[in-house]
Amino acid sequence: MPGGPQVNQLNLHRGVTQIASDIMDLHSFLLVICTLIFIGVFGVMVYSIVKHRKSKGAVPATFHENVGVEIAWTVIPFLIIISMAVPATRAVVAMKDTSNADLTVLVTGYQWKWGYEYLDGPAQGVKFLANLSTPRDQIDGKAPKSDTYLIETDRHLVVPVNKKVRVVLTANDVIHSWMVPQFGVKQDAMPGVLRETWFRATKAGTYRGQCAELCGKDHAFMPIVVEVMEQADYEKWATEQRQALQAAADDPTKTYELEELRARGEKVYAANCIACHQANGQGLPNTFPALAGNEKVVLAPMKEQIEVILNGRPGTAMAPFRDLLNDVEIAAVATYTRHAWGNNGKGPDPIVQPSDVTALR
Amino acid sequence: MSSVTAGHVPPTTHDHDHDHAHHGPEKGWRRWVFATNHKDIGTMYLVFSLAMLLEGGVLALLLRTELFAPGLQFFQPELFNQFTTMHGLIMIFGSIMPAFVGFANWMIPLQIGASDMAFARMNNFSFWLLPIGAILFTTSFFVPGGANAAGWTMYAPLSLQMGPGMDFTIFAVHILGASSIMGAINIIVTILNMRAPGMTLMKMPLFCWTWLITAYLLLAIMPVLAAAVTMLLTDRHFGTAFFNAAAGGDPVLYQHIFWFFGHPEVYVMILPAFGIISSVVPAFSRKPLFGYASMVYATAAIAILSFLVWAHHMFATGMSTTSQLYFMYATMLISIPTGVKVFNWVATMWRGSLTFETPMLFAIGFIFVFTIGGFTGLILSVAPVDIQVHDTYYVIAHFHYVMVAGSLFGMYSGAYYWLPKWTGVMYDEKLGRMHFWSSMISFNITFFPMHFLGLAGMPRRYADYAAQFTDFNMVATIGAFWFGLSQLIFIWLVIKAARKIGEPAPAQPWEGATGLEWTVPSPAPFHTFETPPVVK
Repeated sequence: MPGGPQVNQLNLHRGVTQIASDIMDLHSFLLVICTLIFIGVFGVMVYSIVKHRKSKGAVPATFHENVGVEIAWTVIPFLIIISMAVPATRAVVAMKDTSNADLTVLVTGYQWKWGYEYLDGPAQGVKFLANLSTPRDQIDGKAPKSDTYLIETDRHLVVPVNKKVRVVLTANDVIHSWMVPQFGVKQDAMPGVLRETWFRATKAGTYRGQCAELCGKDHAFMPIVVEVMEQADYEKWATEQRQALQAAADDPTKTYELEELRARGEKVYAANCIACHQANGQGLPNTFPALAGNEKVVLAPMKEQIEVILNGRPGTAMAPFRDLLNDVEIAAVATYTRHAWGNNGKGPDPIVQPSDVTALR
Repeated sequence: MSSVTAGHVPPTTHDHDHDHAHHGPEKGWRRWVFATNHKDIGTMYLVFSLAMLLEGGVLALLLRTELFAPGLQFFQPELFNQFTTMHGLIMIFGSIMPAFVGFANWMIPLQIGASDMAFARMNNFSFWLLPIGAILFTTSFFVPGGANAAGWTMYAPLSLQMGPGMDFTIFAVHILGASSIMGAINIIVTILNMRAPGMTLMKMPLFCWTWLITAYLLLAIMPVLAAAVTMLLTDRHFGTAFFNAAAGGDPVLYQHIFWFFGHPEVYVMILPAFGIISSVVPAFSRKPLFGYASMVYATAAIAILSFLVWAHHMFATGMSTTSQLYFMYATMLISIPTGVKVFNWVATMWRGSLTFETPMLFAIGFIFVFTIGGFTGLILSVAPVDIQVHDTYYVIAHFHYVMVAGSLFGMYSGAYYWLPKWTGVMYDEKLGRMHFWSSMISFNITFFPMHFLGLAGMPRRYADYAAQFTDFNMVATIGAFWFGLSQLIFIWLVIKAARKIGEPAPAQPWEGATGLEWTVPSPAPFHTFETPPVVK
């Protein structure tokens, strides 16, 4: 799999950044030294095991200390460690230097997807969520698994080649970790904390990683796909994205038809709610509440539902969607849940309009 | 130290017969519930930890079952995460730590010539807290939302999202921590105050030394863990916000507190094994331990350094360049005293007169695989490499090489070494060797491929993985079942020995073993060293 793990890969990735390549060399250097020491120490031991057996008539010696030897095997390892520390220090300093970036991207971890926002450059203002795009049937074994099983997303982070990309990370709910082995990058994304890292990819292509910090149920299902493009292609992509952004701008003052809201709401639900509340709206017993037939919130006056979506439920996995969804999206998804899975608009307020959300925000 | 001999073992007959009746064990269940005898309590600790080893082992096999092939076949991720979490917690707090306290209870009084542990009733209490902790861990699977699924590290804020299963874990950790603290106090007081005349500190068997240092580590770190989980508890239920950034807290704070406990904890789980190996290797080399004094200093150096390196678990969390360099250098230094230990063991074997009974096989196996785990530890200490393999299967491989092949093999070595003293019968040598070879081979089949998975970038705590990782996962699962089944040999041998089936063991079953424990008959009588022996 170019850009992702090889089948039965035995070593680190050579990668497409200087850092990843340096790390691989550093690791090889450490491994060679460790292997030599290992062979030395266990060579002596194996010699003992073979030659100094009682069954071969070995008579035990009585020595039990030797200051010279003991000093030697304390000092020599110390010198070896210094020889390891020198290249390691150089690599640490290089990895930590996020200055003079050509492009800055804000990466936000959500349960269980990644959000990307371009903070500068030609795509400034473009932001989107990247969800796992492996079909559920493959996970459940009902369809054959593709080469990109669990390492494919619906949208990719797109960056230009040979440019220093600074990645600023945070999270919305719990700690996640953004890892792309081909770049030699792994950095935790933490709620309420900003951390940064950087990479400069030297080769165009698609590179894959996964979340590396346990973040709950779908920890294994929030991969990272980065597309590295030639500068011209990147600029073209950025222009398209910005145009699409303007075209798709929602008007929260408009009054929408039921069918419009339901259709839009189904998409919002699939991207944001389905992991916990499930496609059939049944949730998971004792963990995530069912929305189908839910008389407390869904088949009740809309105020409670809008507030839960806006503010989340502190102390549970229900996150606030205030900054994640706009008023049209929240109105659409609320309307959708009020009609789906046999709810059929039975409760009060079967239709929620964006202006209702604006009023409560 | 190994030249220690008992100058004079006084006869154990009693002057007053009416007293003697009170000195024997109680009959029936009262013997165990009200136990104050260090040998009985030691036995209970060991049996308990073996039971928990089985429970944790079954959880591990459930994990490996799901991971045999990509896709979700048996367990949904939320249950899988409960298994990974509880596997770790049960193995650490239920199995490894209590097992070493069991060894300490049995052997420290026998090795220093004391009649019992210093605080016999507290000893009873610290044991009986353990089953309560175990019940909390086990029953948490059956509460709404299931057991704690936030990993044994319980990082906030994920642990704040958990259901009541998390509270069960928090209370279990409190209780088991209290038990460890009491055990540690008992061991320190016993060693410092109850040594036989002439048994100076620098004459003690190394097992006593490593436990003395371990006990100080426990005293220092268990309150820190208790503080961390208490803060989780109040964040969860009482409106505090220690770890909630939105209310002025800091999720990184939790990691600093946890790993300030967590790193010394690693040495709590390995130092006593160093002590066992340092008894077994000289015994079967028929030669005194090489560099006794440097072994003591190396153990102390490891313990002190262990408090100064905690943030090497947090390189991917992010920290300033200087902090990262400091924690990297300090961590690399630990390999020096650890290396000294390995060199000393090899030098002890050099020009000895070696035989290879099961305890020695496990000791040599320990040195071999523990050294591999030590080297991967050195590689992980180098921050840039750690960034690539942090939270991948490389780390899983690393700590199972030190915890299974280290702690567990060390305990097996000790168990076979002292089983004749505990039960009075020799174990079946042929089966013992089979247990060793079967465990050693299957252990490596299970965990060696995980190095490759980690280098290629397979993250840990994944219920499902990319198809490129399939083959090594299949190998690991096959190895895991083989390893699990191999342990049934040990259980069979223990049951046989407990039922006194086997050749009767002499007081000194090993030609080269030294130390006071071999001056008492096998099995060790209920009361030993009521009059302290004189050590020359």
